[in-house]
Amino acid sequence: MNKFSNILSFLVLQLFLTTAFASEIHEPMRPDWSFQGPLGKFKRADLQRGYQVYTEVCASCHSMDLLSYRNLTEAGGPEFSKDQAKAMAAMFEVEDGPNADAEMFMRRAILSDRFVSPWKNEQEGRISNGGAYPPDLSVIVKARAGGADYIYSLLLGYQESPKDLIIEDGVYYNIYAKNQRIAMPQVIYEDGVEYTDGTAATEVQMANDVTTFLAWAAEPKLEERKRIGFKVILYLIILSFLLYFTNKKIWKDTSH
Amino acid sequence: MSEDYTPKSAFGKWFDKRLPLLTLFAGHVLAYPTPKNLNYWWTFGGILTFCLITQIITGLVLAMHYVADANLAFASVEHIMRDVNYGWLLRYLHANGASMFFIAVYLHMARSLFYGSYKEPRELIWIIGVFIFLLMIATAFMGYVLPWGQMSFWGATVITNLFSAIPFFGEAITNWLWGDYSVGSALLTRFFTLHYLMPFLIFGLVILHIWALHVPGNNNPEGIDVIKGSQDTVPFHPHYVIKDVFALVVFIIIFAGFVFFSPNILGHSDNYIQANPLQTPEHIVPEWYFLPFYAILRAIPDKLGGVIMMVSAIAILAFIPWLDTSKVRSSKYRPLYRQFYWLLIADFILLGYLGSQAATGIYLIIGRLATAYYFLHFILIMPLIGFIEKPKPLPKSISEPVLSKEEQKAKVEKAARA
Repeated sequence: MNKFSNILSFLVLQLFLTTAFASEIHEPMRPDWSFQGPLGKFKRADLQRGYQVYTEVCASCHSMDLLSYRNLTEAGGPEFSKDQAKAMAAMFEVEDGPNADAEMFMRRAILSDRFVSPWKNEQEGRISNGGAYPPDLSVIVKARAGGADYIYSLLLGYQESPKDLIIEDGVYYNIYAKNQRIAMPQVIYEDGVEYTDGTAATEVQMANDVTTFLAWAAEPKLEERKRIGFKVILYLIILSFLLYFTNKKIWKDTSH
Repeated sequence: MSEDYTPKSAFGKWFDKRLPLLTLFAGHVLAYPTPKNLNYWWTFGGILTFCLITQIITGLVLAMHYVADANLAFASVEHIMRDVNYGWLLRYLHANGASMFFIAVYLHMARSLFYGSYKEPRELIWIIGVFIFLLMIATAFMGYVLPWGQMSFWGATVITNLFSAIPFFGEAITNWLWGDYSVGSALLTRFFTLHYLMPFLIFGLVILHIWALHVPGNNNPEGIDVIKGSQDTVPFHPHYVIKDVFALVVFIIIFAGFVFFSPNILGHSDNYIQANPLQTPEHIVPEWYFLPFYAILRAIPDKLGGVIMMVSAIAILAFIPWLDTSKVRSSKYRPLYRQFYWLLIADFILLGYLGSQAATGIYLIIGRLATAYYFLHFILIMPLIGFIEKPKPLPKSISEPVLSKEEQKAKVEKAARA
């Protein structure tokens, strides 16, 4: 037996195993994200609309504890102006204190505050949602296999359930969810938000925008990373050519 | 090799007389006689040294920002990713650096196995290497626990629970390791402490590894001894310095490809979910570089048995110098053993694949067969082939097979004329 027949038999085995055990799993849709690929970037307008969808739709149940309002102004993100972000923060109230009278008090949120959570604590989130805590969305795109494709598909995956399938109380039929069941009801509906930039709020548009926003939230340094990476690799490739020829020259007179 | 070395400058002479660092450097880095026929599989030693230093430097800076507390660890890693200057770069270098470290170490070990670099007189180099590998495993495992994601927590739970398989004292030992009655802050803090310590122990062993290497000198693809003072060797500098650096830069290009363009592809998405002791992930899988050993652990139906086999799978490597009965080092000249070498590599990759799958049905059966074969290779095939194999004739010296065709022709003609 040689190494090629080993590799071949391994591949045949794998093919057999994957076909034998593939059950009915819906592979997520694969939209053409602007932020994929080695030079991918987020579309500012998508991110800005995505923030609107998050605040008006998702934020009533889902927190984003790891983000601050100041992040909305940072390069590589939605890049709202400072005044815009201040106004957005000011729409929320946070508890602060204690003040000089030893009292806690409420004040408007400022840029340095974290995104205000819809819940006082996890328990409140649970009792308000039939026991299922809506997960924090800060890194959700990185925390799910399939990433942005999966989140996007899940948002659009609600359908009429097949007649022979019994869907239990408190869960909803979604073709992309595990076992086709999810505790979150459908939230993306046509014209569910009125976009401030006048874009038509179709379901696909809203899912695209909010998923883009969540992808940025999970990986806020994506653009910087790819930009630096491109230069680093270019530099290293040039360096490796120089080294290759130096190496060749040094070994020229040695038979080996 | 460099007793004749004297520093040029007056200060150099003064310093070297009191502490011969310059002589050491000249002897072991510049003049060190190295077989001239080493191929690119021999560049991984230098690459591994680079990996270790990169991990230590990036880890040092990460440790300045990381908080080893069960309630704060996850958020502190995200703080590094978001708010620390180039924190995302440091963390991705460190996390992917671990994977690159293991890619390099597996290739380095595979090279030693193929060319018989573990054989007399290099047994100790190999055994020190096995200890380095063991420490690397421990370090990487503890490092993976630190971000305190779901896989961190459940990986730590599964592996520390293995100690409960020890008869009589198992539970006491496990609680002692945890510093608590469950996996929590106490364990996280001690893992952080040990994760910080171990790279320096590895560094110490690496020095011994190189020291032991520089006594007999490098093995080479022909697996034969160099003839001292002949054309068989070249000085390490510049020949191998430049060759190693070239290979290193190619390696770094691949490394950078992961770091900048797919930094999470080697990780598990569940580790971006904060540890939750009340919710077990569907599949608990270790990092890819542990998968073959994980498959061996699960192949054994008994917990204690599984642990013993997993540890044995690594421990058995230390005995290879004596399990291999053949006097011929390089598999280039071992036609029969070479076939089994590739079979072992295929078996190891298969075990890795099985480690990533749920251990049920056909996977479990294949896993058991592959585990059995892994051990069979070392305890039966390796000693046996040494006795029955008829190796190909070895070249007289390194210079002989490496002469170019024209030179060989010239040599033959010269001999014919004489």
